[in-house]
Amino acid sequence: MHPRPNTAFSVCRKLSNDDGLRRLRRYARKGGKRRQGAQGFIPNSRLGGHHDTHIRTRSVTDLTELGIKAIREGVKAGDFTAREVAEAFNASVAGAEKLNAFITATPEKALASADAVDADRAAGKALGSMAGVPLGIKDLFATEGVQTSAASHILEGFTPQYESTVSRKLWEAGAGMLGKVNLDQFAMGSSNESSYFGEVVSPWRKQGSDAKLAPGGSSGGSSAAVAARLAPAATGTDTGGSIRQPAAFTGITGIKPTYGRCSRWGIVAFASSLDQAGPMAKDVTDCAIMLEAMAGFDPKDSTSLDMPVPNWEAALSADLKGKKVGIPKEYRMDGLSADVAKAWDDGVQWLKDAGAEVVEISLPHTKYALASYYIIAPAEASSNLARYDGVRYGLRDLPEGANLQDMYAATRAAGFGDEVKRRILIGTYVLSAGFYDAYYNQAQKVRTLIQRDFTNAFEQCDVILAPTAPTAAFALGEKTGDPLEMYMGDVFSVPASLAGLPAMSVPSGLNAEGLPLGLQIIGKPFDEQGVLNAGLALEERAGFTAKPQKWW
Amino acid sequence: MSNYRIQGATGEWEVVIGLEVHAQVTSEAKLFSSSSTSFGAEPNTQVSLIDAAMPGMLPVPNQECIRQAVRTGMAINAQINKYSRFDRKNYFYADLPQGYQISQLYHPIVGEGELLIEADEKAGLPEDKVIGIERIHVEQDAGKLMHDQHPTMSYVDLNRCGVALMEIVSRPDMTSPAEAGAYLAKLRSILRYVGSCDGNMDQGSMRADVNVSVRRPGEPFGTRTETKNVNSVRFVMQVVEVEARRQVELIEDGGTVVQETRLFDPTSGTTRSMRSKEDAHDYRYFPDPDLLPVELDDAFLQECKASLPELPDAKRARYVETLGLTAYNARELTAEVETFARFETLLAETAKALGKDEAKLATQVANWSLSVAPGVLKSLGEEADPAHSTAEAQAKILKMQDAGEISGGQAKEIYEIVLKTGRDPEEVADAEGLKQVSDTGAIEAKIDEVLAANQDKVEQYRGGKDKLFGFFVGQTMKATQGKANPQVVNEILKQKLG
Repeated sequence: MHPRPNTAFSVCRKLSNDDGLRRLRRYARKGGKRRQGAQGFIPNSRLGGHHDTHIRTRSVTDLTELGIKAIREGVKAGDFTAREVAEAFNASVAGAEKLNAFITATPEKALASADAVDADRAAGKALGSMAGVPLGIKDLFATEGVQTSAASHILEGFTPQYESTVSRKLWEAGAGMLGKVNLDQFAMGSSNESSYFGEVVSPWRKQGSDAKLAPGGSSGGSSAAVAARLAPAATGTDTGGSIRQPAAFTGITGIKPTYGRCSRWGIVAFASSLDQAGPMAKDVTDCAIMLEAMAGFDPKDSTSLDMPVPNWEAALSADLKGKKVGIPKEYRMDGLSADVAKAWDDGVQWLKDAGAEVVEISLPHTKYALASYYIIAPAEASSNLARYDGVRYGLRDLPEGANLQDMYAATRAAGFGDEVKRRILIGTYVLSAGFYDAYYNQAQKVRTLIQRDFTNAFEQCDVILAPTAPTAAFALGEKTGDPLEMYMGDVFSVPASLAGLPAMSVPSGLNAEGLPLGLQIIGKPFDEQGVLNAGLALEERAGFTAKPQKWW
Repeated sequence: MSNYRIQGATGEWEVVIGLEVHAQVTSEAKLFSSSSTSFGAEPNTQVSLIDAAMPGMLPVPNQECIRQAVRTGMAINAQINKYSRFDRKNYFYADLPQGYQISQLYHPIVGEGELLIEADEKAGLPEDKVIGIERIHVEQDAGKLMHDQHPTMSYVDLNRCGVALMEIVSRPDMTSPAEAGAYLAKLRSILRYVGSCDGNMDQGSMRADVNVSVRRPGEPFGTRTETKNVNSVRFVMQVVEVEARRQVELIEDGGTVVQETRLFDPTSGTTRSMRSKEDAHDYRYFPDPDLLPVELDDAFLQECKASLPELPDAKRARYVETLGLTAYNARELTAEVETFARFETLLAETAKALGKDEAKLATQVANWSLSVAPGVLKSLGEEADPAHSTAEAQAKILKMQDAGEISGGQAKEIYEIVLKTGRDPEEVADAEGLKQVSDTGAIEAKIDEVLAANQDKVEQYRGGKDKLFGFFVGQTMKATQGKANPQVVNEILKQKLG
C-alpha cells in the first residue's frame, strides 16, 4: 500500500449532501486508482486526500454516512470527536425501530467507548485501528453485562459475565458498541424471520413497492443496520453464508475469513465446524480493517488458527495482473435469476479489466453441497444446543409436578422457535443409530470431496468468482412456508463454508427492481488478502453507491 | 484357567468377567478447563464457565491428562495411538451441563494392552495369568446430583464435572471373583506406580463397571449384565459372585438373562436392575467439532516413556533375582507404592549405615518391613506416632541387630519406645539396658554356674544326648535375663561341653 500524505478527514456542509458524497465515491473508484480529491470537493480520507479547511457545522446524517476508515481518520485528525460519531449513530438507531435491526441498544456503551477514545486522543495516546468506530454486534457474541440472546426465547434475559474474544478485540482496538443486533434464532435462517424478537425489515424496497423485504440471514440485523446507516459496520457470523448473503441482499460488503481466523470463544455455537465470525461493512477497505482487529490466534479455541494476522489493509491492491480468476461452471444452474447471471458476467469483465486472467473451473460436487451442509450443520447444532436445558441459565419452564424430563421438554418446547426445532430434529435424526452412516458419515465424505474440488480448482486459479446468492432479496414471508426453498438460497455460499475457505460478498449493482446484488469471491485457505484484493477490484469497477431511501 | 465353578442344580457353570474401570487422571486441572480437581471442596466452587457449559464456551484439551493416559498405556504394554480424537456422547441429564460427554469412541488414545495377575494359591489364583486390555480412552466425568437436600428438588454439584477420567476396558478374560479382584488390585497398583491416578476408591477416583455372564463349560458366551460404579476390590469380587449366582439360578429356573445395567447395594450385598437394553440411550456419538484430533509425535512419546518408573512386575522380578527375596516377600513389598518406597529407603539407609551391599541386607530388611515393624506398630495402636518411624531410626536398630548388639526381641522393644517417644534408638538401647551381653568373661562365668548346677545333665549330654544343648542355652539366657548374645553363648557352651 502506498503511503498516505495526510489522512485527515473533513466534512463540510456541501458533503453532507448524499449526492455529493456518492459522486465523490464514484469518482474515487473510477479506474481503480485512488486519487486526490478534486473539483472543489473536500476529500474523503479513503481517497488519500490532504487536510483542508473545513467547516465544523454538520448534521447528524453526515457522520452516519461514514465508514470505519473515515471515522477513524476523522477522529484521529480531530475533525470530529468519537462522541459526536457515537451520538450520531445512537440517534440513528433510536430512530429506526421499524427496521427492528437491534434487539438491545446500548447507547451508553457507545458513548463510554467514544469518550475513552477522545480522552486518549487528548492525552496524546496512540489510537487503535478501530478508534471511535461504534459497531453493531450480532446478538450471538457474548457481551459482558449485556443480554446475549441468540435471538431466542430460551436465552432471553441471559447476561454473560464474559466477553467474546472477537468483541473484546474490537473494544481493545478502540471500537464501541451501539447495541446487539438481531439475527435468525441461533443463526439458523436466511431471512432473519426466525428471530424470537421479530423479523428484521430490510431498509431496501423494490421500486414502486412498499412490501417488506428480507435483509438476509442470519446476520440480518447486521446487514440492515449497516445498509440503513445505523452503524458504520457490524459483526456477523457465517455458518453457511450468514455474512455473505445478507451483505448481498442489502448492498454492503462482508467477509467470512478462513475457518479458524476468528476465535469462536464466546460466540453462541450453531455448527462448530462451520461457524466463523467476520465483519460486515460499507466497503472492502473497512472489512480489511475490521477483520484485522477481529482475527488472531486464541488459545481458548482449539480450532483457532495459530498464525500471525497479516496487515490486510496495508496490502490492499486492486491490481490483479498475473492473477487467475476461476469461474465454476457448475454454478450456472437452474434457479439462477437473469439479473444475477448478468451481474456475474459484469464481474468477470471487471476482474479482466483489473488485469486478471479468467479461467473456467469445475467444482463437480457442488450439487451435493447443500445436502451435505443441511446434515452436518443440524447434526452439530442438535448437540451444541443441548446445553439449553433450563437447568443453569436462561428460560426454565417447570410445569406443576414436573420431573426433570418434563422440565427439559417444556423448557425446550417453549424456548426454541420452529426453525431451531426443525434443525435439532434433523440433526438428532441423522446422528441416530442406524442412520449415522447413511447421513452424517456420508455427508462428511461429501464435505471432503467438496474440499478436494476446491483444492483442485485452486491449482488453476487464485480466486473464484461466483454470485453470492441466486436471487436478490425476497419478500418477508415469501419463503417461510417452504424451508427447502429457503435452504436453496444458500447454494452458492455453502460450499466455501464446508471447505472452510475465505469468501466475501461485494455489491455489484442494482437489479431491474432496484435491489442490490452481490458478487462472491472465494479464496484459498488463509488468503484473505487475495479475496480482499479481488473484492476491491470489483468494488472500484462496480461503483456501487446506491443506498436505500429512508422510509423508516 | 481358573478352576472356579458355580455348582448349579443342573451342573457346573463358568463365569466370564470383563471390567471397565474408570480412573480419575491425576492432574491439577480438568480435562478441558482449568478448574481445580481437588476432592472434597464446597459444592460448585470448582466450576468454570466451560464446565457449566455457558453459551459460547469451548473445550481446550489439558495436555497433562493426555500425557497421563499415554503413560498409563505404556505401563500396560499397550499400543499408543498417535492419532486419536474426541467424540461427543449425547444425552440429557442434569449432571451433564453440555448435554453431551466428551469421550473417545471411534479413535481411543490407547489400544490393545495387557496386565499380568500373579499366582497366589491362598487367594485362589493357581497360576499367573495375562488379562487382555482392549483400550483406554479419555473422557469427562459428570457432576453429582444430590436428592436429599430438598423435598421436591434435586441439587447439582458440578465440581467433578469435566474432571478427566481414563476408561480402561478389559477383555472378558477373567473367570473367577479372585481374578477380577486381582486384576483390579493390580491395575490400581500400576496406576499408582505411574502416578496417573491416585487409586482412592473410597473417594471415587477409581470405580469399576463389572460385566458378568455365565455359561456351561465350553459353550459360547452367555448374555452379560453390567453392574455400575463398584468402588472396591472386595465389592467387585462380591458382585461377580452374587451376580453369577443370580444368573445361574435364573437360567436354571427357566428364565433368561437380559442385557441390562445393574446397581450393587453393598448393604444387602445384592444387585438390582437399573435399566434394560431397551431403555438404553441412543448416544448419537459423533466427532466433537470443537476439538482437533490429538496427534502425538515421537518426542512426546519418548518423553512419556522416559518418565515411567520401574513398574510392579519388573520390580518384583528384581527383588527376587537381585535382592534374593522370596517370591512372597517380593510380591508383598511391590504391591503398594508406599510399601516399596519405605522398603527401598530403609534398605538404602541400612546399607549405608552398615557399609554393606543391599543384596546382603535385603532379606533382613524385608522381614523387618513386612512383619516386625508392622507388628509393633499394630500392637501399639494409637500410642505409636508413625512420624517417629524414620528410615534413619529403623536403620540404626537394624544395624545394632546386625552387629549382634541387640537381639530380635530387643529390637522390637527399642522400636516400641522409638515409636512412642521419638528417642534415638542407640540412646534407648544404652539407657534402657536393651543390649545383649557379648562380654565373653561375664557370659563364661554364668555358663560355669549353669554347668555346675546341672552336672547330671552335663554327663548325659556328654553321653550323647545332644538335644540337651538347647537346655544349656536356655538356662544361660535365663541367667543373663536374656541379654546374652546367643551366638557367644553357643560358642562358649560348645567349647566347655567339649
